[in-house]
Formats: sequence, structure tokens, C-alpha cells
Amino acid sequence: MIKIVKRDQPSRAIFFFTPVLAIFLTLVAGGLIFFILGFKPFEALKFFFIVPIADKYGFSELLLKATPLCLIAIGLSFCFKSNNWNIGAEGQLTFGAIVSGGVALLFYEQEGFYILPIVILAGAIGGMLYASIPAILKTYFNTNEILVSLMLVYVSKLILDYLVVGPWSNPEGFNFPETRQFSDSAKLPLLFEGLRIHAGIFLALAAVVISWFVFYKTYLGFQMKVSGFSLKTAKYAGYKGKKMIILVFLISGACAGLAGVGEITGPIGQLHREISPDYGFTAIIVAFLGRLNPVGIIFASLVVAITYLGAETAQIFMQIPKYTGQVFQGMILFFLLASDYLLFFKFKFIGSKK
Amino acid sequence: MIIDINFIGLIIASIMASAVPLILASCGELITERSGVLNLGVEGMMIIGAISGFALMTVTGSLIIAIFGAMLAGVLISTIFAFLTQTLITNHVATGLALTIFGIGISAMIGKNFVGIPGKEFPVLYEGLKDTIPLLGPILFGHSIVFYFAFALPFITSYFLKKTKIGLIVRAVGDSPESASNQGINVRLVRYACILYGGAMSGLAGAYLSMIYTPQWIENMTGGRGWIALALVVFSTWNPIKILIGAMIFGGLTIIQFHMQAIGVRIPVQFLTALPYIVTIIVLVVISRDSRKIRLSTPSSLGKSFHKDN
Repeated sequence: MIKIVKRDQPSRAIFFFTPVLAIFLTLVAGGLIFFILGFKPFEALKFFFIVPIADKYGFSELLLKATPLCLIAIGLSFCFKSNNWNIGAEGQLTFGAIVSGGVALLFYEQEGFYILPIVILAGAIGGMLYASIPAILKTYFNTNEILVSLMLVYVSKLILDYLVVGPWSNPEGFNFPETRQFSDSAKLPLLFEGLRIHAGIFLALAAVVISWFVFYKTYLGFQMKVSGFSLKTAKYAGYKGKKMIILVFLISGACAGLAGVGEITGPIGQLHREISPDYGFTAIIVAFLGRLNPVGIIFASLVVAITYLGAETAQIFMQIPKYTGQVFQGMILFFLLASDYLLFFKFKFIGSKK
Repeated sequence: MIIDINFIGLIIASIMASAVPLILASCGELITERSGVLNLGVEGMMIIGAISGFALMTVTGSLIIAIFGAMLAGVLISTIFAFLTQTLITNHVATGLALTIFGIGISAMIGKNFVGIPGKEFPVLYEGLKDTIPLLGPILFGHSIVFYFAFALPFITSYFLKKTKIGLIVRAVGDSPESASNQGINVRLVRYACILYGGAMSGLAGAYLSMIYTPQWIENMTGGRGWIALALVVFSTWNPIKILIGAMIFGGLTIIQFHMQAIGVRIPVQFLTALPYIVTIIVLVVISRDSRKIRLSTPSSLGKSFHKDN
């Protein structure tokens, strides 16, 4: 007989094992879905997860997609650790891109070393400004941050749409919904000749290091952790809750804004309608899959980035619909949450003694 | 300028039509939340309902199969949520988000073969009576059965919660699962039922969009309505009758947008499209500012997992 028993303490080993289990289960379920859709499961999985990163170019693309995911997820982990549900990173990314793109357009005819730092800073500020809306509304008006941050995603995309179609559209662009190309000084340098991976990856790595330091070595990190466990305890301990809420939202907004900068000053080089394939939403999954741990998030962002690439490759080679990527992303989160059960409960085999 | 009184009636009717999916999904989510469960997957369940309804209609040709199939699809997808949050005790917020992401992906995958196929005409009731009464005629008559159901639903929901025994049980489970459990109520079972019911209503809301409101399948066609439905539940302070008011406001915003564009008001179209989202935020702020009132009306155990040891 099998009995389910509650663990005395959540298991530490299982804490880092369940993400691996979740990925495995996703692959199994994914194979099953491919089978149902009439594809050969192993071949489909190969095209989805191995073929896209088999060469140098593919690997560069993987890092290119993992960079914004990692950056945003790091920011989100500040929020999630402290029980703040910022799910509008996509909006903060978009608004950051708008502000930094606007600044880059101001300099479109100029060259100079000072331009790029200003453009990057503008993006971070844009993201922070946009994240401050749900933060302030939550702290001072008691408004649900989940709904506000999400509504703002739609608003930011419409602002972007308005700008690239209207006032910011390229005067020589034959009415295409896009701005001028930024000057080279406003673009993030490419790291290797012929590959698209750019210096934005260093922003992500810096975020990893800084967040690790904040989480585990500072008083703020400790406060966040306590607030995440129990808001009552945090209040009892006398933490200034409001300040912390606003701070974590600002950090998270800055990271999302920087991811936006990376997209427009990296591979794209201008503003247009679709600057992000929902990185802001997918990063929520990355944050959880990485266990809100900076190092974990690096691995998680690589894994989830494959679903983007895989969806493209599978579509080209096997005519598998590209939305399969999203299905995989949803499944990873489902399985991860489900396997968390093992953290708190264990199965006990009880032999029937005669 | 003489304004035709029937024209006003038509505008009001079109506002009501655009309020239908919001009412359906909100009333469903309201029951779910009253039992203490926060399901953020409304958008995902709605889009699943939309594609299931449209696909079943195209394949089987039967509107009845399509409508009930869409509700069943909503139930099935919400079963995942129920199993995770109730049996495996996962976090409601994260699970709901996963449901939405998964739902959007799955719907686009299924919907690939249904893009560009024209929908079918959905039968309307009492069409002939439309011109009999000025103003009220177009408001009252000539709508689909789902339309009438949606406008009855808030009242049914209110009656259910206030006057029936099962309604009382749902509220008890939401307000104090511990005492409900001590009274011998199976908390988990009640919550399962409420989640599945919410799924069915979201599924129906989606089917209304793809089969009746704009009879076609477009990717992502719910366009945030699921999230607005969630906001409406907060707006209503968990009172079904107020959902009706909220849904009419948002329906009105959507319709006014079209008319402003038609008359040629010189406001960028993007601003008008953004209006419902911005108003949602403003309304949420106004409603939530009174934290005491919110605290009193929110189901006490909302979003908290309940696990009965032993």
C-alpha cells in the first residue's frame, strides 16, 4: 500500500530536483501531443529541442532569446520573493523600449560614445516609471497589482503602436509602421562577426550577480524573504512594507525595461510594432522554473529559450504550428507546480506484514 | 438633428451584446472566488471556449453541440486548475497564469485550421417584435438565447448565493474553510465544483464571442476580456448584481469607441482602444481605495490553499 505522508520539513534536495522533473514530464507530454497531432514524437522533439541549437548560429540565437528572459525573470524574482505579483513585465519592457527608443531617435544622426549609456539608462527609467504605477496604486490605494500591471501591458502596446504609426514613424519609410534606424552609436555592439548575440547579455549577467548579492547578503534580501513567508511577521518586525513594495517593483521594472532596450538596440535597431514575442509573460515561467534563484534562473532561461527556437524550427521543418512553444511553456509551469507537491509530501510504501 | 429613438435602442442593445461575455465569465468567476479560489485563468478558459465552440460548429454543424462543447471544454481545462490547486495544493496565482498561457497556446494550435472560415448565423429570438415598441423593441427582442441567459445570470447567481442551501455552503467554504470543514462539509469537493462551474461559464463566454458576437475564429480574439472579467468581480465587491452594471460600463466603452471612430472624432484610434483598460485601472483604484469595504466583502479565504491534515 502507498500512503501519502506530510514531510516534517520541505525537502531541500527535491526543491532543486523538481524543475528537472518538470522539464522531463513536459517532454513526455509534449511527445504525446505531437503524437496526437499526427507527428512522429521523437523526430518532432528532436526538431524542437536539439536541431535549433546544434550549430554556432543556433547557440547564439539561444543566448539571444535567453538574455531578455533571464533579465526580466531576475527582476520578477524580487517581486515574487516578497509576495508582489507583478505580471505586467511585458508592459514594462515595452514602455522601457519606447522611452529608450525615443531617446535613441533624438540622436539618430549623431555618433558618440555617450549615446549608448544614455539610451540604456532611459530604458531602465522607462521600465521603472511604468512599474511604479501598479506599485503606487498597490501601496497607497490598495489596488490589486495583478490586474493593474496586466491592464498596463495592453496600454503600453497601444502607445507603441500609436507612436510607430504616427508621430515617430520614419518620414522616409513609405508609411511602414516603424521608426528610423538608430545610429550605430545607439546600438549594442555585436559580440561575434556574423552572429546576432550582442552585449546585452552582460546586462543579464550583471543582474544575476547583483541580485544574488542582494538576496543573500543584504538586509533588503532578508526583509523580502520574511515578507514573502508572512506579511504579518514582516509587519511585526517593523519593516517599512510600502517602501519595499515600491522598491521591488522599481527593480523589476528596470530589468524589464533593460530587456526592452536589449531588443530594440540589439537585433532590431529601431522601434516597430512587435518588439517582444511575449518575453515578459514567459519570464514569469522562467522565474518559477529557476526557483527565484539567480543561478537557477540562468538555466531556466536557457531551457525556456529553446521553446522559442524549437517552435520556429519545428514549424519550418515539420509544419508543426509555432504556438506549440507556448503550449510547452504552459506545461512546464503546470508540471513544476504539480511536482512541488513532492516538497511537502512523500509517498510511503507500507508493506503488509503477515 | 433628429435622433431616431430606435437608433438609441440599437446602440443600447449593442452595448448589452458586448457586455454578454463579460457578464458570463464574471458571474462564473464570482462563484469560484466565493468558494475561496482565485482563478486567474479566465482568459485562457475563455479562449479555449471560443475555439472549441467555433471548431465544433464548423465540424459538426450543430450549434447546440458547439455551445455545450465549448462549456465542456471550459470545464475540462479548469479541471487541470482544480486538480493542481485543490489536490496538489499549488499556488492559485501561478497556476492561473499557467492556465492562461497554456490556453492561448492550445487554442492557437487547434485554431490554425479554422482561420478565415466564415461562421454560421446564430438564431435570434422574437425578431418580429423588434419594431413593435419604440426604443425598447430593439433592446428587448431579436437576440440569441445566450444573450438572454447572460442577463438573467446575475439574478440567478444572487438568488443562488443568498437563498439556497448550496449557495450558503459555497459562501461558508469561502469565508471559513476550517469551520465549514468542521461542520462536515467537503471543502475540496465544493471548491472543485465551483472551479468547474467557472470554467463552464468562461467557456460559454468564449463561445459567444466566436459564434455569435463576431462569428469567426481569430487568434487571441478574447483580447483581454478575461482579465477585464476578473477586474469586474473586484469591481462588484463580489455582488453579482453589480457585475451587470460594470459589464454595461465596459460594453459601453467598447461601443462608444466604434461610434466615435465612425463620426470621425479626431482622437487616435489607439487611445480609444486603450480606454477600457485604462478605465478598468481607474475603477479598480476607486473601488479598492476603501480598504475596509474591500476587506469586508472579499471572501476571507480567497486565494489561500486549504489542506485538511489526516
